[in-house]
Amino acid sequence: MSRLSESSLFQLTTTRFRLFFREPEAVFWIFVFPILLAVGLSIAFRNRPADVLQVAATTPQLTNSLNSDRGLTAITLDEVEGAKALATGRILVLAVQQPGGVAFNYDNTNPDARTARLIAERAVEKAAGQQESVEVSDRQVHETGARYIDFVIPGLLGMNLMSSAIWGLGFAIVEARQKKLLKRLVASPMPRWQYLASFLLSRLLLLVIEVVVFLGFARLVFGVPFRGPLWQLGLICVLTSLSFSALGLLIASRAKTMEAASGLMNLVMLPMWILSGVFFSATRFPNSIQPFIRALPLTATIDALRGNMLQGTSLTHLVAPVGILLAWLLVSFSISLQIFRWR
Amino acid sequence: MPGIVTASATAALAIRGLRKSFGDVVAVDGLDLEVTRGECFGLLGPNGAGKTTTIEICEGLTEPDSGTVELLGLEWRARAKQLRQRIGIQLQETQFPEKLTVEEAIRLFRSFFNQGLTVERSIEMAQLEEKRKSRIGGLSGGQKQRLAMACALVGDPELLFLDEPTTGLDPQARRNLWDLVDQLKCAGRTIILTTHYMDEAERLCNRVAVMDHGRVIALGTPKELIASIGGEQIVEFAVDAGVAVDPSMLTRIPGVQSHRVDAGLHQLSVSELHTAVPPIFASLAAQGARLTEFRTHSATLEDVFVSLTGRKLRDE
Repeated sequence: MSRLSESSLFQLTTTRFRLFFREPEAVFWIFVFPILLAVGLSIAFRNRPADVLQVAATTPQLTNSLNSDRGLTAITLDEVEGAKALATGRILVLAVQQPGGVAFNYDNTNPDARTARLIAERAVEKAAGQQESVEVSDRQVHETGARYIDFVIPGLLGMNLMSSAIWGLGFAIVEARQKKLLKRLVASPMPRWQYLASFLLSRLLLLVIEVVVFLGFARLVFGVPFRGPLWQLGLICVLTSLSFSALGLLIASRAKTMEAASGLMNLVMLPMWILSGVFFSATRFPNSIQPFIRALPLTATIDALRGNMLQGTSLTHLVAPVGILLAWLLVSFSISLQIFRWR
Repeated sequence: MPGIVTASATAALAIRGLRKSFGDVVAVDGLDLEVTRGECFGLLGPNGAGKTTTIEICEGLTEPDSGTVELLGLEWRARAKQLRQRIGIQLQETQFPEKLTVEEAIRLFRSFFNQGLTVERSIEMAQLEEKRKSRIGGLSGGQKQRLAMACALVGDPELLFLDEPTTGLDPQARRNLWDLVDQLKCAGRTIILTTHYMDEAERLCNRVAVMDHGRVIALGTPKELIASIGGEQIVEFAVDAGVAVDPSMLTRIPGVQSHRVDAGLHQLSVSELHTAVPPIFASLAAQGARLTEFRTHSATLEDVFVSLTGRKLRDE
């Protein structure tokens, strides 16, 4: 046996790997789940040919005039049935023939319904013989990088980096504490820093697999763009993983039971899942809470990832998110070193 | 070389004036002990007597409130790194990761020590050859305990701490573990173990300290302690309810050293069974007591403990 494989840091890190790969659920959540999620989202939000919108009218003539527009399919329903169809979402607009004209019943908070109403109005006017006063034509744009999948891939990557680091560190440490293994280890001559270092080392090695597999898949299957320098993307991933590892360490530093730890982890991660802009832009939240959202490490991560991948922003222009991640790393790590409970 | 002579002459473990409280609970209440090299020393006592706290202070895992502990002539404060390399520890209720194999766990622990046994040798000593490639999750209680022993031994320690090594094991597994401790004793290692099984202490230890409420209430070889209660034999009997037995009538009999009653069961320590039993029968008959139970056994450390704590209870 070589000296390297006899060293305690090597053995501790190898042990981490063994324990990780022998836990099929963990392997699933970290490697397979994000890919499944990306596939699922890409199907749900695929860029379909412009939708044909379902509408209804109370008279056959009105139905005909609506059907004359290619953007609509119309059926004839009486007012009662129509109201029911509206309520269940089967149709978006109900056009009601009235003595003096046509009334449109629709939900104005639903963007699709608003669109359908506009098309329906145009169709009715056209059928009534009104001419378009300005000649317009369409040019369709489906550019790589502007699609939903391009938007969501950096979000999913950030979310995955967060969960794998926090779960990976937090659970393993609290389990070792609960099972008194931590106490047994500090009763041996094991250097304590090596125990923590073995987590970071194994995390960084897993990170390579995790990121390459996920982004490779996103590139090959969806053609997601990488506009910034790849080494900077790698650097952002490493920094992210270290910051969340430090946060995981902080969460795990006192908790005595797995239940307490998983409660804490959810408490920390849940706001970020919602607020940090994984699935939709974080700017949708009110301005008053924007400073809080900006300060969250996952928001910083996703901003940096989107900046790099989608806009090709160089690290020198990503000072704010990188600074926020560094701050989380340093603060969490130094607090956990102070309060870490070895037994 | 005088340096070496002094080193080997120092005690393996010296405890002076040790105290430790957790909140209101005094776990260790002024403890002095000395364990010489090559000795197998037992800390004996019921649950909550302060054994584990004492041993964990010795292992450098708990800070005492006051008092000093020296292991192999060194103190934890100054020489922790060195001490960790030289002692072996088996803790109560350590659960090793279930998904590791026996060999992997021992190899991990071996990597912490600068020198020690080979992984193969530790596996062999703990008699885990057949299980070396097995996952820890699939081991029996006894095998897990032997794995804990292998991890304690892998650094080839001069001083070995075993905290309740056989608690929760079936009789066969206990005996296997005793055999292992016997081997270690024969190899001249100093062993300090805690147990609440009196038979275990009697079987394994050269000397024992009986602990109760954080203090040592008796110290000596198992033989000395048994002799200290006055008789090597114990007579136990019970009589029909309603009849009062006068203890002074019994202790007057030659060879009867002491009398106590516990839950209706009378216990006499007796030095010479063959001469003492007939007068006991006669005395009970004279008092009008009809026997419902009668048995005798050789005195054990169990009887020592009962006798000691019994007396203490009466003192309070």
